[in-house]
Amino acid sequence: MSAIEIAAAVSAGERSASEVVDAHLELIAQRDPELHAYNLVTAESARAEAAAIDARVSTGEVVGPLAGVPLAVKDNMCTKGVPTTCSSKILEGWRPPYDATVVTRLREAGAVSVGKTNLDEFAMGSSTEHSAFGPTRNPHDLSKVPGGSSGGSAASVAAGFTPLGIGSDTGGSIRQPAAFCGVVGMKPTYGVVSRYGLIAFASSLDQIGPFAADVADAAALFDVIAGHDPLDSTSIRDFTPSASAMLDEGVDGLRIGVVKELAGGPGGVPGLAADVLARTAEAVEVLATAGALVDEVSVPSSTLGLSAYYLVAPAEASSNLARYDGVRYGLRVDGPTTPEMTTATRTAGFGTEVKRRIMLGTYALSAGYYDAFYGKALKVRTMMLSDFARVYEDFDVLVAPTTPTTAFELGARTQDPLTMYVNDVCTIPSNLTGHPAISVPFGVGDDGMPVGVQVLAPALHDAQTFRVAAVLEAAS
Amino acid sequence: MSELAPAATPETPVESALPEGWELIVGLEVHVELDTATKLFCGCVNRFGVDPNTNVCPTCLGLPGSLPVMNERAVEMAMILGRALGCQVNRSVMARKNYFYPDMPKDFQTTQYDQPTNSEGELKLADGFVVRIERAHIEEDTGKSVHVGGGGRINEAVYSLVDYNRAGVPLIEIVSKPDIRTIEHARNYVEELRAIVVATGVSDARMEEGSIRVDANVSVRRFGSSELRTRCEIKNINSLRSLGRAIEHEALRQIDLWTTGSGPQQQTRHWDEDAGRTTPGRSKEDVEDYRYFQEPDLVPLDPTSATIAAIDAAMPPLPSARRSALRAATGAGIDAARLLVERGQDGLAMAAVAAGADGAKTVTRLVNDLAVNDWSKVEAESFAALVRMESNGELSASQAKQVLGDLVERGGDPAAHADVRGFEAMDTTELESLLDQLIGENPEEWSRYCGGDEGDRKKMQGFFTGQIMKATRGQADGKVVAQLLAKRSSS
Repeated sequence: MSAIEIAAAVSAGERSASEVVDAHLELIAQRDPELHAYNLVTAESARAEAAAIDARVSTGEVVGPLAGVPLAVKDNMCTKGVPTTCSSKILEGWRPPYDATVVTRLREAGAVSVGKTNLDEFAMGSSTEHSAFGPTRNPHDLSKVPGGSSGGSAASVAAGFTPLGIGSDTGGSIRQPAAFCGVVGMKPTYGVVSRYGLIAFASSLDQIGPFAADVADAAALFDVIAGHDPLDSTSIRDFTPSASAMLDEGVDGLRIGVVKELAGGPGGVPGLAADVLARTAEAVEVLATAGALVDEVSVPSSTLGLSAYYLVAPAEASSNLARYDGVRYGLRVDGPTTPEMTTATRTAGFGTEVKRRIMLGTYALSAGYYDAFYGKALKVRTMMLSDFARVYEDFDVLVAPTTPTTAFELGARTQDPLTMYVNDVCTIPSNLTGHPAISVPFGVGDDGMPVGVQVLAPALHDAQTFRVAAVLEAAS
Repeated sequence: MSELAPAATPETPVESALPEGWELIVGLEVHVELDTATKLFCGCVNRFGVDPNTNVCPTCLGLPGSLPVMNERAVEMAMILGRALGCQVNRSVMARKNYFYPDMPKDFQTTQYDQPTNSEGELKLADGFVVRIERAHIEEDTGKSVHVGGGGRINEAVYSLVDYNRAGVPLIEIVSKPDIRTIEHARNYVEELRAIVVATGVSDARMEEGSIRVDANVSVRRFGSSELRTRCEIKNINSLRSLGRAIEHEALRQIDLWTTGSGPQQQTRHWDEDAGRTTPGRSKEDVEDYRYFQEPDLVPLDPTSATIAAIDAAMPPLPSARRSALRAATGAGIDAARLLVERGQDGLAMAAVAAGADGAKTVTRLVNDLAVNDWSKVEAESFAALVRMESNGELSASQAKQVLGDLVERGGDPAAHADVRGFEAMDTTELESLLDQLIGENPEEWSRYCGGDEGDRKKMQGFFTGQIMKATRGQADGKVVAQLLAKRSSS
């Protein structure tokens, strides 16, 4: 059953939320030991919430658009009283005294969180292998990674543990695992979903978004979590989500651009696999057949995104992660002086990839290097914004692959950070520009693993991405 | 700070406690805690002196996932203070200043860096000397650490406790150019800045509570040169007196180092009030690289010209203008004017004079007898009436003082208080007959008054006044008695 069907059935009293939640918890109990999508399953509170929803339904109360729908929450979003770890030893045992805004909104909509999902430590990674609590596996093939960093939420939806999941996307951390796991994943316009309670990786890039098995469910979830929040200063005012309402509008007459640099052309991004490019080309055909006006378009700066991203994101991370100093919460490893205590705590508490990025970012911001690194990356960002703005004068949306390849083997890329970073090459531009983008499953690769196709849109045109994705979904 | 400070010209008289031939160069960084209802980035109450760690929330504790929301009133106050200092108000952004310190919850301070809210202003001291203001920017305060054992130093302490109540309290940091050349001007600068801060209502600016804090950048050079030599930043200055002592000590220390060797190292030094000296803190070699960058969790502050115009229009009269007005209306001296404006009693003085009170008497009464915290019950009308009664001789100086005490406590009509106290105006004729009687009883004293030298005359005036006061139980006005004596001796 889809999320929309569950909510309808629960609201109508045809199925109880308790029954729905129990069934999903049972599946998790059976299969999660091999997948490890969850850091923590909150079965007890999930059952209690489900029972409360059933009680409300029985008194005739309207519970909300996601009544009784089981939900997976990435373990970098604060949940009051429930351990929130970022898959890091440094936060082990910490229980936030407050809920993230998205968590509150979802509870008010009737969704039932069944637990906290695994991620690359502090959302830094593309395979969920950089988790202090062990990797998550791809439900389609246990030898493959689910992608990352939101690999746990993607795997939870792909395995049918929950119809819905939420993740965060800083450089592709929703879309890439969605593509690898064969589910829908969407990164909203920066500022459309509140970041309050999302534990920051790179504040100017982080954005929370939906995972679902189909486009309609993803749109329903998006419509619940989107909207202004006074607790987040970068939250956009007066945004009315309308993804579900626009789903059936089709693409007739829509101007769709295929980004040359992300389509395997010369001078573009290297290393894009033939099967992925073939599925992308087929997707473009589908859209043309459905009446879209399709053309190729060049966005030259899109090839610079990767380098700019790996300066901006670590720079912000080096500052955001400074607070894990052993003084106030989380891990503390004692030392003879306060600075030695902090050093010992951070040495023991952070994993290799987190340390690598903190060092990269610290270096990029340092006196004498700022202009050559961080400053230049900001210029690339500005350049990309104007490049995309120019392109969107002629196009309504753009199409590109989500990932260069299908899901790779566990352990295949952990030894070489650069081959891991290249995973994000197609998804990063939307984070640097703050634009919305969706990944929708479209066929499989030569290895039989899912392929995702990405639809990009200009800022605030989030609904367009769902609308185009719905057409691709219907044809795949 | 690379800009050269102008050399003192021969026209500029420089009074200095420094040895002959040396000139003092001082720039001040003043932190003012804004008197907002809530903290800079969260809804916690901005209050001094509550139990440790009771005024905190996820945001001011910097908990994972928390986000700042800018306090708009703090921004407004910053702009008000900036305009009062003649600054230009800019489009500004917040920045992160990154360094590890246990009392800083995020291990970065949210402040402003290359795009401050206010820049390029000036502060004119009471004597007309102008100190240029480089910037006045918005930032958050840190918490407070208490180091137990090890002499109170962080790295030797047995353990440390941190109180985060102050974390996130809004501050304005006002940075002057290195224009100050004397200790007196350094003090005057802080006094005048404090007066402006109070007059604009942005802070109560109590130095003893730490709501205004001063760091001094001190260097010295050979008189007549325009170079800027190595400076030291002096922290932990807790009073105006300390400010003067710390600058003097530091300047002498530096001169000694220049005279005997290659001069001081650039470093931060702490003023030790008890020992009367500065002690070394961080030196340049381990000065941290703060890795400033724009705060991504906050949006730029971009006030419209209409907002700035509205701030200008609503600007209350500033201390310098108030002093001028007070002096013009009452004839008050510069020190009295400064004092009354600082106390906020200039309005009362002007209203009393407008209601017919004598200017000089008004100022004297206020300066001497209204040094109290709460004088809200003293109304201008009744205060003016009191001064008039004193001028008319209806009340003596000491009686006027007592009635003013009644006004402070209870307010109301001074004549009524005088009645209650049994103060009756002494009729001059009554005094004259009393004086006649005294002259008759003390002929020797009277002849010494009339024929003696100046000293005798003074002494005998005192004698007769004292006798009259005794006979009237203090109700006579000493000045009137003096006038009567003078009149009698010349008739």
